[in-house]
Amino acid sequence: MRVVATNSPEETWELAAELANELPAGTVMALHGDLGAGKTCFIQGYAAALGIDEPITSPTYTLIGEYEGRLPLHHLDLYRLSGPEEALGLGLDEYFDINGITAIEWAERAEGLLPDDLLHIEIKTDDETQTRTFRIYRDGDNA
Amino acid sequence: MKILGLESSCDETAAAVVEDGRVVLSNAIYSQIAKHRPYGGVVPEIASRNHVAKLPGIIDEALEAAGETYDSIDAIAVTYGPGLASSLLIGFSAAKTLAQRLNKPLIGVNHHEGHLHSVFMKEDAPTEDEVFPMLGLMVSGGDSSLIMMRGVGQYEILGSTIDDAAGEALDKGASVLKLGYPGGPIIQKTAEGGDPQAVRFPRGLESVDRGKWIYKYDRNLCFSFSGLKTSLLTHVKNLDHEPEGQELSDIAASYQEAVADALTMRVERALDQFDIKSFSCAGGVSLNKVLREKLTALSEKTGVPLLLCPPSLCTDNAAMIAGAAYEKVRLNKATEEPNDVNPNLRLENWQ
Repeated sequence: MRVVATNSPEETWELAAELANELPAGTVMALHGDLGAGKTCFIQGYAAALGIDEPITSPTYTLIGEYEGRLPLHHLDLYRLSGPEEALGLGLDEYFDINGITAIEWAERAEGLLPDDLLHIEIKTDDETQTRTFRIYRDGDNA
Repeated sequence: MKILGLESSCDETAAAVVEDGRVVLSNAIYSQIAKHRPYGGVVPEIASRNHVAKLPGIIDEALEAAGETYDSIDAIAVTYGPGLASSLLIGFSAAKTLAQRLNKPLIGVNHHEGHLHSVFMKEDAPTEDEVFPMLGLMVSGGDSSLIMMRGVGQYEILGSTIDDAAGEALDKGASVLKLGYPGGPIIQKTAEGGDPQAVRFPRGLESVDRGKWIYKYDRNLCFSFSGLKTSLLTHVKNLDHEPEGQELSDIAASYQEAVADALTMRVERALDQFDIKSFSCAGGVSLNKVLREKLTALSEKTGVPLLLCPPSLCTDNAAMIAGAAYEKVRLNKATEEPNDVNPNLRLENWQ
């Protein structure tokens, strides 16, 4: 478990860039956080570090956004899925390819389909200080 | 030339017959909004199941209303992206099958091209040669961008949202205010009689040098609606009570004002920056009254003519798909039949 606090969007970008440079192709990560927590900001910073120069827009309506960078980035928002069967119907598992990076919002909708070494990124905002606390861990890590 | 168009990229099941790209002979739409309303947004599985159930009847309806038959139409057009994969596939499979069975050409159309073409689909619309170079504002639930069109099928994206689309901002705003779904029409209704200056919501990307800019687009021509939604959430939280009555109308009016203002502001900058003969606005959000008023005022101020999409063609429909397909045929650009859908299809220049 790694815990990092950021105090501005720039610091969130720096953290995301650091991870983007560390994490290998094939990484699948699940982003957790409330509306406005900074999930979009994190993914934008991550994409920038992969050399993607087009904006990472919300995939709420299309569910999946695909971007070409140093590594291909798949950005998924599973909020609208009813459950794992539908995720399978969508061909979700095809996105966990060894050559790209996959970032998933509302990953719990695809429970049972996700890789064992899923990387979790939990974001909590302190309402008063606006400090974001990132908890980064893999399934199976000792908390 | 009469083209039968099919559209199923999201939650509207649609078929239409259009003659020579402009004359809408029929425009049949089955809107699934009621089916998705309980969930506050489009549920992909419900959407694709309803496309399967409704598309055959909608095609019949479109042909009948146009006074046409499968034999009398000249070609089939279909949306092949962008959109929900599971939804796109339904219309695409139907179109592919029809084209093969009827031995007629199949023309694949980018959903966004359909929206951009829709402003030409009315009686008094100027010819395309009169309006280029044209600046297009595309505003829908899934996309918000500024596109420079130097000719038919020639696109250059000048700017886009860097997070949420305008329609999504309206949906999320309506959800925060507990108004229901879809957000656009219900925010507009709630805003009636409200003071649009009551709350000053952010227009996105306002500060001059916050953070670095890494995108290929001009920052001044991009949109950001993510902060707007957060700002509404914070405003409502700080009230310590559920807004209602006049207060609710004021908030809705201010929120809608922020969305329309943010869009119009970037259009104005682009009109300043480029040599543009006309500008247009299409997509579901182009139905918004305040946005229409602001763009019309901008057209009057600058003297640059504005083309607005006819209200019946603003939200997703198949007439715009058949219309854009005709342009491809007319310019001899419909040479390759599409073989698959592409949920992430980008706007590309016609080759």
